[in-house]
Amino acid sequence: MSIAKDAKQLVQGAVQGLMAKAVALAPDSWMPGGEPDPLIRARHGHVGQAISRLDGPLKVSGQAPFAAEFPMEGMVYAALVFSTIPRGRIIDVETGEAEASPGVVAVMTYRNAPRIAPPPIMLSSSKAAGGDDLPVMQEDIVRWNGEPVAVVLAETQEQADHAATLVHFSYSTERALTDFAEARAAGTRVGMFMGQPLHMEVGDAEAALADAPVSIDATYLTPRHNHNAIELHAVTAAWNGDELRIHDASQMVAHTAWSLGHIFGLEDDKVVITSPFVGGGFGGKALWQHQVLAAMAAKVCGRPVRLVLSREGVYRVVGGRSSTEQRLALGADRDGRLKALIHTGTTMKTAHNVMPEPFILPTMSAYASEAITLDVQVVELDMLANTFMRAPGESVGTFALESAMDELAEALGMDPVELRIRNEPEKDPTSGLPFSSRNIVEAWRTGAQRFGWDRRNPVPGAVRDGEWLVGMGCATGTYPYHRMPGGAARITITADGHASVDIAAHEMGMGTSTAQTQVVADRLGLPMEAISFRYGDSTLPGLVMAGGSQQTAAIGAAVIAAHRDLVKELLKIAGNDSPLAGLKSDEVAGRDGGLCKIDEPERHETYASILARAGQASVSVAAEAPMPLETQHWSMHSHSAMFCEVRVNAVTGEPRVSRFLGAFDCGRILNPKTAASQFRGGIVMGLGLALMEEAQFDERKGRVMNPSLSEYHVPVHMDVPEIDVIWTDIPDPRTPMGARGIGEIGITGTGAAVANAIYNATGKRVRDLPITLDKLL
Amino acid sequence: MTPFRYSRAADVADALRQGAASGARYLGGGTNLVDLMRESIERPDALVDVTGLGRAIEGTPEGGLCIGAGVRNTALAEHPVVRSRYPALSRAIVAGASAQIRNMATVGGNLLQRTRCSYFYDDDGSRCNKRLPGQGCDALEGFNRNHAILGASPSCIAVHPSDMAVALAALDAVVHLKGTGGDERSFPVADLHRLPGVRPDVDTLLEPGELITAIELPPLPFAARSTYRKVRDRSSYAFALVSVAAAVEMADGRIRDLRIALGGVAHKPWRAFKAEEVLRGGTPNAAAFAAAADAELADAKPLAGNGFKIELARRTIAAVLGELVGDAA
Repeated sequence: MSIAKDAKQLVQGAVQGLMAKAVALAPDSWMPGGEPDPLIRARHGHVGQAISRLDGPLKVSGQAPFAAEFPMEGMVYAALVFSTIPRGRIIDVETGEAEASPGVVAVMTYRNAPRIAPPPIMLSSSKAAGGDDLPVMQEDIVRWNGEPVAVVLAETQEQADHAATLVHFSYSTERALTDFAEARAAGTRVGMFMGQPLHMEVGDAEAALADAPVSIDATYLTPRHNHNAIELHAVTAAWNGDELRIHDASQMVAHTAWSLGHIFGLEDDKVVITSPFVGGGFGGKALWQHQVLAAMAAKVCGRPVRLVLSREGVYRVVGGRSSTEQRLALGADRDGRLKALIHTGTTMKTAHNVMPEPFILPTMSAYASEAITLDVQVVELDMLANTFMRAPGESVGTFALESAMDELAEALGMDPVELRIRNEPEKDPTSGLPFSSRNIVEAWRTGAQRFGWDRRNPVPGAVRDGEWLVGMGCATGTYPYHRMPGGAARITITADGHASVDIAAHEMGMGTSTAQTQVVADRLGLPMEAISFRYGDSTLPGLVMAGGSQQTAAIGAAVIAAHRDLVKELLKIAGNDSPLAGLKSDEVAGRDGGLCKIDEPERHETYASILARAGQASVSVAAEAPMPLETQHWSMHSHSAMFCEVRVNAVTGEPRVSRFLGAFDCGRILNPKTAASQFRGGIVMGLGLALMEEAQFDERKGRVMNPSLSEYHVPVHMDVPEIDVIWTDIPDPRTPMGARGIGEIGITGTGAAVANAIYNATGKRVRDLPITLDKLL
Repeated sequence: MTPFRYSRAADVADALRQGAASGARYLGGGTNLVDLMRESIERPDALVDVTGLGRAIEGTPEGGLCIGAGVRNTALAEHPVVRSRYPALSRAIVAGASAQIRNMATVGGNLLQRTRCSYFYDDDGSRCNKRLPGQGCDALEGFNRNHAILGASPSCIAVHPSDMAVALAALDAVVHLKGTGGDERSFPVADLHRLPGVRPDVDTLLEPGELITAIELPPLPFAARSTYRKVRDRSSYAFALVSVAAAVEMADGRIRDLRIALGGVAHKPWRAFKAEEVLRGGTPNAAAFAAAADAELADAKPLAGNGFKIELARRTIAAVLGELVGDAA
């Protein structure tokens, strides 16, 4: 099955490859972004203002409804029972005791579950949202340790939770492959990602490495990570005839609606998903079994069902990040110019998903090296499908790459900042494309100055403060600009001069609704109070995933398209009596509650006046964003220069981060306040990646042993120092608003910056995350 | 969670009467017991809430301190006499859990909390002799980085998670118990918890229905020079990998008397009598501290994941003693 999936991806990849070549050669002006977004020029509007999030008062007063807070008439509560074996068959199920337990409405197992189709797996079509494509509670087969095997429905959550402990399964266990070393010994193959093999060669890197006068060659390990959004995955599901209504915690409402329709054999408009507020996504709030089980259970009992995963449930049902073993070899001239760059390694997935952790991604456009070899090998284990988790690829790939750059700087006796600047490429080193905007050197220079990098003692272990060894380290972070196909938006202006923008986008706490309201206000020339940004509803236009840090661009491009058509429509209905008569749409802009001629602002008419004259109560236009060809015409990436100061206790080995600074080059920053939170949040997660996060996967039974926030460590407040964030704020001329997404870049580079600071503090090079104190004793 | 009855004890006699029933458990702050009930690891028929009992901290005729079992952890840590005369205890408490948990947790309940071994918590998915004697122990060959280096058995390698208990063990604290027959007894906190042996399901010497009524701290004047150091994987809300509680009395450049207890290394708060013996009456210096630590850790047995604890304990003992002696100098 997996081979067939790879073959299908290869065909898709070949088509994409041909397209890419054609697009790369086309003139700039044919591309989206060929004509820069006019909003980039506007420097005095709402964009760029540090505006507090509009939903803040709702949230702090408890009035923002999350997925588990929508009441429904006659609702029952669900609890899951998870398998305790990694692979095998269910030979007996005892549900009698549970069914007789107080309040229990029904117990669903594979024996009485409705027959449904498997979920369409993400990336298999533009609308697919499934984390894997395994059948959901359809058979007596167990495929991972922790797979849901029963759903208990009761009048209260407590009754359901209790009754779930009374359901008993007997299994016949089959041999499972849960040991990474064993799987690797049996053979690996190249990973496929987004239709392309994760393999790339420029020149002969091994030969160049052998010839290089200075080289390093090391292996870096990163562990499994689990999703731990503070809001547990939750769903409230109800059937109304053949219509399915779901309140979900989702970063992809339209994808999930389409996928559930596919699973239950429903027409597209028969599934409605709302998700107005989400308490963190990070790639985990996709379609997993819980939404499907809730909808199935609602069918079984004929009542609405609420299913909230327990924290353990998140670990059992929602995939996380795979572990990786990466080789990083660098060869350089004595002046530090790279001659060879090798980044290869192995990771694991399942046979039922399409996501090998793509740790070579950050290396593709990082440094000007004459020869480059990149390769990801994959093994398949019997486990819960792994998935996207904040900066998949880049977060752990930059740990290896940027640790290695530090090692090379040490070997060269060169400043690590200067080494990076020296290897700054003029064009993309693997695709050959020109950069849309790349100002990493400025980020390095301003960041180094502000952090006080010149105070760093390059001799490891040389700075001591009492029991504490103090060190500084740095690393480059990077994340690409993405914009996925399918963006669409509707803009409606009413006669009272109010505008609404409708798009099936998401607010997961990052400030999307606030920043986009600022953008729309400037584009239309209206005050923010006159804008309603409506999102989080699958019936709204657009296929917009809040993933890949692409939502800002996806919304921006869709709104640009809708706005262009809206202006045309307004000019049409304005007629010959309007001061705007005779103007073309690209000659006008939104200003002061209406439209004006760009270079003759006194030729102006308000939206209210246009609509009144036309005798219309409103004007409404929907449009689709163009295909995201810009990413195949330019190399589009954000970067950061990360600086870290650590203190390592000389007695106990305890590592503690004492200072951190991130200098970002992410295009134009739409809202400095929410952006700073995004950057800081990413860095905090990166500190966890560096020092403590690890899902303990017991390879004997394929079971995660620390499924709780008590034993799976993420940083606590005391682990997080003041984090300084600055940015270049240089617009990218090829993106909507000049902005590139900022949701993921904060976690990238952070792990290496910490590791490099620890080396500087102690002289110990730890290549195995997390860097716990035992590795520093 | 399995349904249960709940009642509040009016007084100690009432508690003992209700606690005598089979399947009854005393409820303190519930910060561990209720978690274990949610995981179905504990399934009491009845909870007898004793948080209303023993809320006082009073001086004893001998000049020590008597702490009611129902005193909240926060109240004990903040008590001025504890802070000035038994700083190790105050520091140990605030090193544990979170402020919210400490506000709920009681002194008696803290002592009786159970191990956080992840195989113990995995009710359906893992084998555990502490949960089900004779079942086997999946931690032995599994993730055992947090587990015991001292006093473990082939049946169980779990550690006791309390910080407070380590300080109490070091400070010669005594636990007062009252049985269902009204009989009273007391013994050192250091003896309250058992080593696992072949019965890791039995954590302490408590008889069924027996209630902790109070903890008594002896005067121990030199405890004013005591401290607690906890080594852990993050700055807060993590259990100790190794912790050390110690008090030192100096006279004429020599160690006249001292107390040392270790946490995170055994099935119980580990009173380091051997180390104390090596140092008592001797000259404090790095070599002596190392010899004392070596004496205590001579029997330490590393597992696949926790060998670092031996070196960590050795270093932490020396650092804590060095700090206390340095203060005296």
